[in-house]
Amino acid sequence: MMTAERVHTDRKVYEREELLNGCQAVAHGVRLADVDVISAYPIRPYTEVMDQLSRIIADGELDAEYIIADSEHSQFEIAKHASSVNARAFAGSSGTGWCYGFEALVVTATDRLPVVYIVGNRALDDPGAFGVEHNDAMAVRDMGWLLLWVTTPQEALEHILLAYRIAEDKRVRMPLALAMDGAFLTHSQHIVKIPAKEAVKKFLPPYDLGAGRLHPDNPISIAPQVNEDWVMEIRRQNWEAAKRARGVIKEAYKEFNAIFGERYSNPYFTEFMTEDADVVLIGLGQIAAAGRTAAKRLREKGQKVGYIGLRWFRPFPTLELREVLKRFKAVGVIDRDFAHGSPDDGGVLLHEIRSCLYPAKNRPAVTNFITGLGGRDVSIDDCIKMFGITQKAMTDEKLDDYVTWIGVRE
Amino acid sequence: MATQEMITYDKIKGVHNIPLEEFYTSGHRTCQGCESATTMRGFIKAAGPRSIVTGSTGCMYVANTSYMTTPWIVPWMHTQLGASGSSAIGMAAGVRALKRKGKIKDEHINAIAFCGDLGGGDMGLSGISGALQTNYDLLIIMYDNESAANTDIQATGLTTYGAQTTFTPPGKKTRIMQKRWKKNVAGMLAVGHPTCKYIATACATYPPMDFLNKVRKALAIGGPTFIHTYDPCPKGWDYHPRYSHELGELGIKSGLYPLYEIVEGQVTYTYDARPKKSRIPVNDFLSKQGRFAHLIQEDIDYIQKMVNQMWDEWEIPGIAPLKGVLKSK
Ligand SMILES: Cc1ncc(C[n+]2csc(CCOP(=O)(O)OP(=O)(O)O)c2C)c(N)n1
Ligand code: SF4
Ligand SMILES: [Mg+2]
Repeated sequence: MMTAERVHTDRKVYEREELLNGCQAVAHGVRLADVDVISAYPIRPYTEVMDQLSRIIADGELDAEYIIADSEHSQFEIAKHASSVNARAFAGSSGTGWCYGFEALVVTATDRLPVVYIVGNRALDDPGAFGVEHNDAMAVRDMGWLLLWVTTPQEALEHILLAYRIAEDKRVRMPLALAMDGAFLTHSQHIVKIPAKEAVKKFLPPYDLGAGRLHPDNPISIAPQVNEDWVMEIRRQNWEAAKRARGVIKEAYKEFNAIFGERYSNPYFTEFMTEDADVVLIGLGQIAAAGRTAAKRLREKGQKVGYIGLRWFRPFPTLELREVLKRFKAVGVIDRDFAHGSPDDGGVLLHEIRSCLYPAKNRPAVTNFITGLGGRDVSIDDCIKMFGITQKAMTDEKLDDYVTWIGVRE
Repeated sequence: MATQEMITYDKIKGVHNIPLEEFYTSGHRTCQGCESATTMRGFIKAAGPRSIVTGSTGCMYVANTSYMTTPWIVPWMHTQLGASGSSAIGMAAGVRALKRKGKIKDEHINAIAFCGDLGGGDMGLSGISGALQTNYDLLIIMYDNESAANTDIQATGLTTYGAQTTFTPPGKKTRIMQKRWKKNVAGMLAVGHPTCKYIATACATYPPMDFLNKVRKALAIGGPTFIHTYDPCPKGWDYHPRYSHELGELGIKSGLYPLYEIVEGQVTYTYDARPKKSRIPVNDFLSKQGRFAHLIQEDIDYIQKMVNQMWDEWEIPGIAPLKGVLKSK
């Protein structure tokens, strides 16, 4: 069993504690990563990251260019081109803002520029809704982005450091989107231990694009027109980098643990009460809190249930997850997103997990839940209900490959 | 041959003093007679090797920069169709941060972004406006061949009134499909960005050296700057490639394309088309191109009338389409 929140108390490693919400914690991560260029544009709920950073810069705690862009498209192009001249760049967005900049997001990945962006998950218009849904961030999942979800402000801060380390690694060089649930994480406060600068320096080397940087001393042409002559080989390189990222991620967490204490025993996902479980729920983001509490309550009644919080979505931890999931009799996949008309008419995560499990000899039953859309609360009772349905799926074949909407007026 | 190591912003006096060294060389596949290619060659000759360049999608990307045969001797990167402004900000901001933080040598590096009339004058206008509000040293060059040339000559917001393009063909019922009057990009940017210290219009070959020196001036003055160039395009304008330079000159002399520079709010006409006698009839320009072959006298008269108005009635001729101040009643 994994405890996500053991924090080292060594003063040299963590210098102080503060009450921070997810956005504020991210801003501290950016400060500690000594980012060079930040481009901002407002959209709820991620905006507070940028509010906070502008204050940090105004107070002289970070030396960075802070640009207020005219749109998200410009915001991401600014960061992309800053990254190309070897400046460490940061930006972020939410919902339709993320989609407005989509063209720029795509080329940042194909240009292999390791920017780090925050996505404060928000439902896509129309109709307008500020609340969380995961479709915004998921839009980049096939584009050559690294993509993960964090679930506490502490994790958010630490993952900004991990993000730059992994994205900028020579073997990877891919942009990274760090997603967090709107409101439930962006604006919920926790006590956060703030790493000391010296410790961060030990962990995060300076950004070095090497022979890929744009500078008069290195007169290269980046992204010339290739057509069918070369594009396939270039895609292949991206593919290999995305595969290599899995190893680099492991390495980075290992080193992180060595410096900051045993923070993460598994980079990719956290298991809660899964040891002898028959049934687990798995999901991304903040539903984990209710899911774990529900598991605990059911355990008290003697039911063998557990919860898996998935952190990394790209690269997908296929082998690791398959090894774990095949132990159970039934898996309930929670989607805070939609994939209308998809093969199983379920959510995005459902398809990923079914596909991940397909080669396993004794596959557990996999049932799907769509819930919490537009920021609708997912309660402990909702999770207990999902556990109940998943338990039924152990024997009821109809529930395998079945999509249940939880908390919807029908 | 002298090697241009450092940046020089000195005015080039006489064609014999144009630097010999090329930073835009062979390897591109632009059409014969492509004036935009001359714009490319010229701006980087004037700017020199301590420059970083981005180019937005268009002929000057697709026909220009093929993998493994890049014509660029300076560092160059593609940027998205509407991203010339934001790419310039990104480069300039990155370079400034790295210099200030001691991560690269503290020397002057030009950040130059170019875009076409569709990429810059239509799609990327907001990004260019954003760039002109910053205090970064950057130069944006909009090369205007009056069409989306790369996608096979479609009308843009800068195409001359009446021109035939693949989106505006003359038909049995409608003779003129291109009914939009050419957008006044440089004027609009100058009027809207009071802290921008240098905005100019130019043509790569007329008057000789004028463009090169405008590039030098923009870079010397610094801050965010903008140059709009007028680039005859044999494929899109439908004329023999040998007439490219001549057509640029005729466009300017007919008054259709005003030539000026605005330095800290002061306008200088670099071809003064204000006096009527310095303007040739627009038809001398129009009649030399296939794209206007379908126009009848009435259309030519209309274009002439609009051009006359622009020079005779505008408060700032050729730049600001306002006709003076009325007293409130
Ligand atoms: C976002 C986007 N939309 C459309 C295109 C297709 N496209 C490529 S080049 C081009 C024309 C660009 O015209 P202009 O900026 O005037 O440059 P020119 O081709 O004339 O040199 C278009 C529409 C694109 N590359 N990107
Ligand atoms: S179509 Fe026009 S702009 Fe494009 S390469 Fe040919 S001449 Fe140049
Ligand atoms: Mg054009």
